Amino acid sequence: MTMQTPELATYNFAYLDEQTKRMIRRAILKAIAIPGYQVPFASREMPMPYGWGTGGVQVTASIIGPQDILKVIDQGSDDTTNAVSIRKFFEKTAKVRTTTHTADATIIQTRHRIPEEALKANQTLVYQVPIPEPLRFLEPRETETRKMHALEEYGLMHVKLYEDIATHGHIATTYAYPVKVEGRYVMDPSPTPKFDNPKMHLSPALQLFGAGREKRIYAIPPFTNVVSLDFEDHPFEVQKFHQPCAICAAEDVYLDEVILDDKGNRMFVCSDTDHCEERQAQGFRGVQAGGVAQ
Amino acid sequence: MYVAVKGGEKAIENAHRLLADRRRGDQSIPELTLDQISGQLALAVDRVMSEGSLYDRELAALAIKQARGDLIEAIFLVRAYRTTLPRFGYSEPVDTSEMKLERRISATYKDLPGGQMLGPTFDYTHRLLDPGLAMGTVPQEPEQSHETTVKAMRVSDILAQEGLIESDGEASSREPADITRTPMEFPLERETRLQALSRGDEGFLLALGYSTQRGYARNHPFVGEVRIGEVEVSFHAPELGGSVIIGRVQVTECQMVNQFKGSAKAPPQFTRGYGLVFGQSERKAMSMALCDRALRAGELGEDRVAPAQDEEFVISHSDNVQATGFVEHLKLPHYVDFQAELGLVRKMRADHTASSQPNTDLEAAE
Repeated sequence: MTMQTPELATYNFAYLDEQTKRMIRRAILKAIAIPGYQVPFASREMPMPYGWGTGGVQVTASIIGPQDILKVIDQGSDDTTNAVSIRKFFEKTAKVRTTTHTADATIIQTRHRIPEEALKANQTLVYQVPIPEPLRFLEPRETETRKMHALEEYGLMHVKLYEDIATHGHIATTYAYPVKVEGRYVMDPSPTPKFDNPKMHLSPALQLFGAGREKRIYAIPPFTNVVSLDFEDHPFEVQKFHQPCAICAAEDVYLDEVILDDKGNRMFVCSDTDHCEERQAQGFRGVQAGGVAQ
Repeated sequence: MYVAVKGGEKAIENAHRLLADRRRGDQSIPELTLDQISGQLALAVDRVMSEGSLYDRELAALAIKQARGDLIEAIFLVRAYRTTLPRFGYSEPVDTSEMKLERRISATYKDLPGGQMLGPTFDYTHRLLDPGLAMGTVPQEPEQSHETTVKAMRVSDILAQEGLIESDGEASSREPADITRTPMEFPLERETRLQALSRGDEGFLLALGYSTQRGYARNHPFVGEVRIGEVEVSFHAPELGGSVIIGRVQVTECQMVNQFKGSAKAPPQFTRGYGLVFGQSERKAMSMALCDRALRAGELGEDRVAPAQDEEFVISHSDNVQATGFVEHLKLPHYVDFQAELGLVRKMRADHTASSQPNTDLEAAE
C-alpha cells in the first residue's frame, strides 16, 4: 500500500517542502518591502483545519531554522489547546526548542494577542489571521477591495468609524481595530484586542501575518509607523481595566474575566500567562494569591 | 476552566485516545477492511476522491475509515496528504468520447448512436428499505452486453455537426492553471473555475444548481448527456518518445445543453454547462454543469442577478475543507475578543441607563 512506503513516512524539516518554503519566503520578502500590503501566496493545504492557524503555521514553517526557539500562544496563553497543538506540531516536524518565556523566544506565533513584554530586535512575531482584509465587512468583494487599496480609497472605513461615533458616542470596535501602516495601507491587525495596537507601532521586532485560507501574507517591518485610525476629536483609546490582575497584581495589562462560581463572582487575571507567572516569580501577589487589595 | 489549568497537552492526548476507541466501536464486531469500504461504499469513496482531488481508492477508503464515515473529514485527510506529493507534470487532456462506458443517458434524444445505457443506477428503484440487504444476500449475476468495450459519440459532437451548439474551444497552449499551487485571482478563467467546481462541495453546488432551476438565473437546461466510465490518462514524456498511458480513471461527465438567444456577435445556438468529476457521481457532475453555465453569464452577455452567477460568491465558498475549517474554528477560544466586547456592551448599557435617567426625573417633575 502506498502509505507504507518509507519515503511517505517522513516529512521535510518543518513539514513544508523546500520549494513551498521558497515560494512563501518570496511572499514574505515582498510583504516586508510593502508594509501593510496583502501579498497573495499559494497557500498549501495543511494537516490542520483552515481557520486554525494554517497561515501562521506556513509562515513559521518557512522562516524557522534548527537554532530557533519557538513560543506559541493563543489568547495570550501557552496552554490553550490550539497553542499546544501547534507547538507540538513544530516539536515533532522541526524538532526545535520551544519555550513559554517571551524573552527567550526567537519566533512567537500568536492568535489574538501580542505579549505584554516588549519584543526585541531579534524576535519575529507571527500572527494567525482569519480575515486579512480590513475592508471585508464593508465590501465583501475582493475585486473591489483590491481596487480600494490600490487607490488608497479608505473613506468607507472612516465613514464606518464615524457612524459608530454618531450612534454610540464612541468608536464601537474593540478588536481587529484597523491601523494605517507607514502612512499608506490600512491593515487588519488580526483579531487582537485594540489594547494591543500601540505595541505594533515602531516595534523593534519583525511582525508577519499569515492568512492560510484567504491565501495572503502581510508584514510590518521593524520600526514601522502603525497608527490606529481615529478622529482628532475622538482619539484612539485602549481598553482600561478598573482593577489589577487578581493573581500578580499587574496593572496596564490585558485581563481575562474568569467566572468563579454560579453566583456571578468573578476575578480578572492576566491574559498573558507567561507575563503573569514571571511577575509571581518576582514576588508580586494579587488578591486571589494572598496579596492585599489596592 | 479548560485553559487556565495546565494540562491542555494531556487532555488532547486523552481525547485522541477516546476518539480511536469510538472509531473502532464494539470490538466484538469485526473491523471494517479498506476493501470492504472501497467495494461496498464505493460512492462514498468516489466523493472523497473527487473532492479530495486525488484518484486513489485505497487512500480514500482509509480516509473514510479514519474519519469514522465523516466524508468532509475524509476529504480533508486526503487533501492534506495530496498537498505533500511531488508534481511531475500534467497529463494530456482525457478524451471522454473514447470513454469505456458503463452508463450513458441523454435526455435530448430518444435514441442515439451508442444508445441509452442505464448502467448501475438508483434511478427507477423504488426507495423501499430492503430487509434482505440487512441479512446479507447474494445478488443475481448481472446481465451485460457482450460487447467488451462500448464507445459512443458525445451528444455535443452530434449537435456540433449542425453548428447548433458552441464548440469545445481550443485548449490553451500554456500550462494549465492549478488552484492548489497558485492563489486564485478573480475574475477566473473558465478552466480555473471548472477546476474549483470539480473539487467543490457536492451539497453546496447542488443547492446552487437547484436555485438556477427555481428561477434564480434560470438557463433552460437539458441534460444533453451524462456518461460514466473509464478513460485513459496519458502523459507526454519526450524522453520515452511521446505519450504513454499511465492508467485509467473512472469519471462522470455531464454536458448540459442550454438555450442562448445569440448576441450581436454570435448567432443563436445552444450553449453548454460542463461537469466532470472523478468516480460515479451524477448529482455532482450535473450540479457542476448547472453552476458552470450560470457562471458564464458575463461571457455570454447575460445579466448577473442571482447568487449562482456570482463567481466570487460561488467559488470562494464552494470548498468544503475551507468552509468547515473556518466555521468550526469558532469553537476555538475567543475569550480575549469576547472580553473586549463584554467591556463595550457594559459601557453601552451604562451610557443607556445614564441617558434614560434624566427623562424619568423630568417626568417626575411634571
